[in-house]
Amino acid sequence: MLVQLTSAGLYCAAGDFHVDPWRPVPRAVITHAHADHARSGMGVYYATHDGLPLLRQRLGRQAQLRGVSYDQPFRLRGARVSLHPAGHVLGSAQVRIEVNDEVWVVSGDYKRDPDSSCAPFQVVPCDTFITEATFALPIYRWPPMHEVARDMLHWWRRNADAGKASVLFCYSLGKAQRVLAELSALTSEPAYLHGAMVPLVDLYRRAGVSMLPTRAVSEAPRGTDFSRSLILAPPASAGSPWMRRFRHPATGFASGWMRIRGNRRRRGYDRGFVVSDHADWPSLLRTIRETGAQRVLATHGRTDVLVRYLREELGLAAAPLATPYGVEDGA
Amino acid sequence: MQAFADLYRALDETNATREKVAAMEAYFRQAPPEDAAWAVHFLVGRRLKRLVPTAELRQWVLDATGMPAWLLEETYATVGDLAETLALLLDSELPPPSVAGHPLHHWVERRLLVLRELPAAERQRRVTQWWAELPTDGRFVLNKMLTGAFRVGVSRQLVVRALSGVSGLERATIAHRLMGRWQPDAAFFRGLLDPAAQGEDASRPYPFFLASPLDAVPEERLGAATDWLAEWKWDGIRGQLLRRAGDCYLWSRGEDLMEGRFPELEQAAQRLPDGVVLDGEILAWGGDRPLPFRQLQRRIGRQNPSVRLLREAPVIFQAYDLLELDGTDIRSRPLEQRREALGRLLRGTDDVLRLSPMLTAGSWKELARRRDAARALGTEGLMLKRLGSPYRVGRPRGDWWKWKLDPLTIDAVMLYAQPGHGRRSNLYTDYTFGVWNGELLVPVAKAYSGLDNAEIQELDRWIRANTVERFGPVRSVRAAQVFELAFEGIGESPRHKSGLALRFPRINRWRRDLAVGEADTLEQVRALLP
Repeated sequence: MLVQLTSAGLYCAAGDFHVDPWRPVPRAVITHAHADHARSGMGVYYATHDGLPLLRQRLGRQAQLRGVSYDQPFRLRGARVSLHPAGHVLGSAQVRIEVNDEVWVVSGDYKRDPDSSCAPFQVVPCDTFITEATFALPIYRWPPMHEVARDMLHWWRRNADAGKASVLFCYSLGKAQRVLAELSALTSEPAYLHGAMVPLVDLYRRAGVSMLPTRAVSEAPRGTDFSRSLILAPPASAGSPWMRRFRHPATGFASGWMRIRGNRRRRGYDRGFVVSDHADWPSLLRTIRETGAQRVLATHGRTDVLVRYLREELGLAAAPLATPYGVEDGA
Repeated sequence: MQAFADLYRALDETNATREKVAAMEAYFRQAPPEDAAWAVHFLVGRRLKRLVPTAELRQWVLDATGMPAWLLEETYATVGDLAETLALLLDSELPPPSVAGHPLHHWVERRLLVLRELPAAERQRRVTQWWAELPTDGRFVLNKMLTGAFRVGVSRQLVVRALSGVSGLERATIAHRLMGRWQPDAAFFRGLLDPAAQGEDASRPYPFFLASPLDAVPEERLGAATDWLAEWKWDGIRGQLLRRAGDCYLWSRGEDLMEGRFPELEQAAQRLPDGVVLDGEILAWGGDRPLPFRQLQRRIGRQNPSVRLLREAPVIFQAYDLLELDGTDIRSRPLEQRREALGRLLRGTDDVLRLSPMLTAGSWKELARRRDAARALGTEGLMLKRLGSPYRVGRPRGDWWKWKLDPLTIDAVMLYAQPGHGRRSNLYTDYTFGVWNGELLVPVAKAYSGLDNAEIQELDRWIRANTVERFGPVRSVRAAQVFELAFEGIGESPRHKSGLALRFPRINRWRRDLAVGEADTLEQVRALLP
């Protein structure tokens, strides 16, 4: 096995490095900057140039980061390694590992849908494909993002007409920026940001991603009337005292989980918008087919369903890999 | 159909009752009466009698998508709502909707209601065709109608509020007109909103007045005990017995007309004078006390019960209120006057129609003592009704209280878990609990409420990490978690493995302080049998 599961993470012995490890190791190749994939405490981090500013923000000044260009192979001991766009968030990568003519690809998290805030997914042919399975059920199919953005704008305007602030919950890294980028095609009205999102949105701007103009809620003067505003906030702020300033806001959540009514109703959001930075069911199957992989290993999400489907319906060698990814749920 | 699907969506997308009412009002203002009538039908929770077996629907979706059956079941277990699962699975398997929509009444009357009479192959052809005509949300609403499980998330009261808002009529008037039998057609809907009094349908019951649970000590809440009438809280089926125009009608609180199921009650009602409506409780009865609820259960679904069943589980009607006398609605008269008239009416009738005894007491202390004896008498506690109060509509708090006994409790071990439905789909929220029988744990109860959200989340994670075996959506878990279960009563039941059936079991608390060995034994639970 070119890559194997150890207690620290996915380990490539030939190259003596880990991919997205969860315990401190000397060398870590990082697919993207979400907390469940980029943890602190590694000796050296390898990641794409596009992703470095986000990693720096997450890991702090001390971390040893090495930037790598997409599609540029480099050697780690006996392995030839290269990073390829995964289309998940800014700077996200799949890790291609080649040893003695055998090729493995670790996808990290990925999606196939267009996203103007990051480089589009690239199909990398391989023998073994290590995939995510966050949304591996056939009900998960994403509507076109531009349609969802139109719905969001419509929702915002209707709330504004009713004198209500629109608080849209979405994950701070990736989802927020994608939403802002999509909305900027439809309007130029500024949006407010929860403080946790401000530095990340700035980093995206510096990377040249065009988004709606934004202001920090914390910098709005006391007594600001938010009743016609759109506010983006991380889901954890729902129900917190921070929300009080918006009086009686309409709340929405942008996530792939919103495909199911019960999820939205349980969390008590008024409105769910189906937007995900993960592959939906058709994309998972299409990607697996396009890589030409004969063996597929699934790391997190509905690995049980995906593995069984690949084995029984498509006749592929497939197995689950028990990793702790997906805990942050940036779906 | 699209307007109704939009309404469903609007209702689904807000938790604010004001907005729900506004959405319904907007719908009723613009909908043609023949559509609005069907909308009312669905909104108040009436359903079309099952049109298509759900097994057929599942199979048709498999045929349309080509997916394996296990995948559909896994998906259903995650979504927790069959209509929604099927609507979502068909997405992008079908071309986008092409046909201009038909109105709601056309869908129901011309398309759905005739399904039952068609051969299966034709049913499949038509339904598959309709799926292709509709966008996802319309398809979802269609599936809801087909499966008959149409829960919209509005209470009947909210529908009444909206209809009252649209018509300017009193809520009580609307509530009354929505009771009993009606055909959802344009004439019905116009009549519903018509300010002129409606010719009464002899079979139409009154809206029930429902009591609220009393969760405080009565002396702190209710003033002097002498202002209240107390009676036993019977554990049967709430019913309204109507004697009008030479006929009698027995309605359950769920608004089922229970024709033919309780011949002894219908027979007894024949002896009542015309123009009378009684409110009371249907109970299976033996000697001087109710039989266990299980006996009544045997009667509920049974049309024309056998002589043997009639002998083994005879029923009575324990009357406690009189709503109509001599054809006049007397609901606004004070309670004691209605009771007195009821007493006079039932004097001399046989044992089948009984007057629920009034418990008079000078003090709360005395009443509390009576209440302590409730379980031994086969009742659930006391009802407290304010003297002088009218018979109200719905569940307004203040005049009627149920003062139930503290529940029985046991400590039991979690054995199985399965995902909930709707709001609780894809969370493990339905649990089976067991108690010790020697070295083995035998299942004794299922429960799904009582934990708070944080506990549910935590338990869900624990269940996933401690699954022993999976049987479809059900997981057996490591015997490690003990819970205190509360329940209202306990009876023998040959149908259950433990030989016991608990009434209304729910989780009282998570006993993290108890090891599994400290959970109760079957013997200890049996000791609670009356």
